[in-house]
Amino acid sequence: MHEFPITQQIIKLAEEHATELCASRIKSIKLVVGDYSGFVGDSIQMYFDVISQGTLCEGAVIEIEHVTPKMKCTGCGELFEREFLSFACPKCGSDGEPTEIGKEFYIESIEIER
Amino acid sequence: MHDVLKVNMMANIHDENDHIAAHTNEDLTDRQIYVINVMGAPGVGKTTTLKNIIRNMKGLKPYVIEGDIESDIDTRDLRSLGIDTFQINTFGACHLDAPMIHNQVQSIKFGEKGVLFIENIGNLVCPAEFSIGEHCKMLISTVTEGSDKPYKYPLAFEKADVIILNKTDLLPYLDFDEEFYRKGVRALNKEVPVFKVSGKTGEGFAEVAAWIQKKAEEAKAVHHHHHRDEDTGYHHHDHDTAHTHD
Repeated sequence: MHEFPITQQIIKLAEEHATELCASRIKSIKLVVGDYSGFVGDSIQMYFDVISQGTLCEGAVIEIEHVTPKMKCTGCGELFEREFLSFACPKCGSDGEPTEIGKEFYIESIEIER
Repeated sequence: MHDVLKVNMMANIHDENDHIAAHTNEDLTDRQIYVINVMGAPGVGKTTTLKNIIRNMKGLKPYVIEGDIESDIDTRDLRSLGIDTFQINTFGACHLDAPMIHNQVQSIKFGEKGVLFIENIGNLVCPAEFSIGEHCKMLISTVTEGSDKPYKYPLAFEKADVIILNKTDLLPYLDFDEEFYRKGVRALNKEVPVFKVSGKTGEGFAEVAAWIQKKAEEAKAVHHHHHRDEDTGYHHHDHDTAHTHD
């Protein structure tokens, strides 16, 4: 349920940007969402369809690019996707450390009509 | 025909929350209040931990904001001990966010310097994703939850500045694999201190309270230092101070 306020925020940011560019409507919004961002794409779309009514975003399509989290091996530097219940590197067996890959949550671009 | 145009935005959706959190942090640092965001699953003993820490604190006044979906049972409990406690009910929301804390903090009168504990909603997932203006994220973890929790809920362990491992009086009755637990914690968070405590016996909390007092004093030292540095134009030194550990 915490996608509700964040969806309001997405609409606000997209509208502000589109207004500056004198857009008449927003056709699509591209989001980049890491799997560790804590946000669920389907929920965002569901809230979006409701909240966007009467805004420049009404009828816009949300495109989501998912990013799979990766750890960085402390031994060999390899970037890897972890297995369940383990942080071990598949190449050398050392433990990985967290990276920012998979925590993304931003609006990459919007498509507007003028 | 309409003119269709694709425009890059690269806009971080968290910015507004983080901006408000930074403002709260600055405001409370100025008022000599050290802020701890207390996170953990339901039933790990967040309120019990606070009571035990506060009992062991010396010279710093405790303040508590209790975040709960519903009820004020913990607030009444803490007030009965004479602790200044303020309730936030989210009625469904799974975490506290920066605007909620910002609004609450406006109405609190901080009479003297101290530590503000903000007990987040019982949840091992969402609270870790939102800054609320804290200086320190404290994760309460327990031996009853099982040793696999760092592997299953990595973000909470990665973001923690201090981890309390509670209910250790129950270790003889459980199959808690401490080595596996610590290996997971270390992979996610190299430096984080882990304090073993028991809310039942009170064991281990004197050390936690001492750690908090030290951090609170450091935060103030850093802050004052920072002002001095601004005057002289030097910035490198407060970085060293901020990262001094025991």
